[in-house]
Amino acid sequence: MIEVRFFATLRDGRGKITQVPAEEASTAGDLLRRFEIPPEEVAILLINGFHSKPENPVKDGDVISLFPPVGGG
Amino acid sequence: MEERYIRNLGALTEQECAALRTKTVFVAGCGGLGGYLIEMLLRLGVGEIHAADGDAFEASNLNRQLLSSPSSLGKPKAEAAAMRAELVNPDVRFVAVPQFVTEENAAELIRGSDAVLDALDNIQARRTLARACAEAGIPMIHGAICGWSAQAAVVMPGDDLIEKIYPEGVSLSSKASLSFTPPFCAALQIALCTRLLTGRPLETGRLYMADLLDMELESLF
Repeated sequence: MIEVRFFATLRDGRGKITQVPAEEASTAGDLLRRFEIPPEEVAILLINGFHSKPENPVKDGDVISLFPPVGGG
Repeated sequence: MEERYIRNLGALTEQECAALRTKTVFVAGCGGLGGYLIEMLLRLGVGEIHAADGDAFEASNLNRQLLSSPSSLGKPKAEAAAMRAELVNPDVRFVAVPQFVTEENAAELIRGSDAVLDALDNIQARRTLARACAEAGIPMIHGAICGWSAQAAVVMPGDDLIEKIYPEGVSLSSKASLSFTPPFCAALQIALCTRLLTGRPLETGRLYMADLLDMELESLF
């Protein structure tokens, strides 16, 4: 399984954490599409705590963290 | 030591308080974050504050911006900041600049500052300010809010944190903000700024992200 953790507004309607069968996603971008998150709404994408991009591969046991842009003042 | 700073003692040493009185801080923006940042710097007791904002108050600012009030609608935010500074701590030299931070003026605005506080409300201006700080060798203390969320970080010259947290193509989809999010974010920024200006140990390049809805504080990078 791949663990996906959502933060801030990305939790709306998705919850905090969910599990996805590893065979259903080969990249982080596949997970964004699965959860209907447009790429421009993800500011920080971490794979196992490391700064990553949607095209980076994901595998069984990985933890993906998704943060929306926070930019108001 | 002046009596107005007595309660700083115990949390800060007398030497640290004296050091703060020699520091100049630039605040980019006098809106939600900027109003609280300026208030905290004035009461903390830095030596000099320069604050820039080219905007004027409108009614939608009233839910969160400390410097706004019904009587200030339509008036320049920088002017309100100067009036507040005179009221709260006239011993702090305060320079109000009624201009937005741009590519053209950023280097001049931050010149001579010991630290720059980011209280901007858009990604483009943040990139501009971060570049100017890097070129001038001045630490920038980033802060940003959205809804229930706040984030803060110390960006030292050479750090690529701003590029990491605002990658090309990302856009701000929400302008939501609540009354308590800006002061919380400002407090994170001023705590980091105080550590920086007093020479206390500080982890730079790390993004602190607070979620006040779920009461979580994450530390990234």
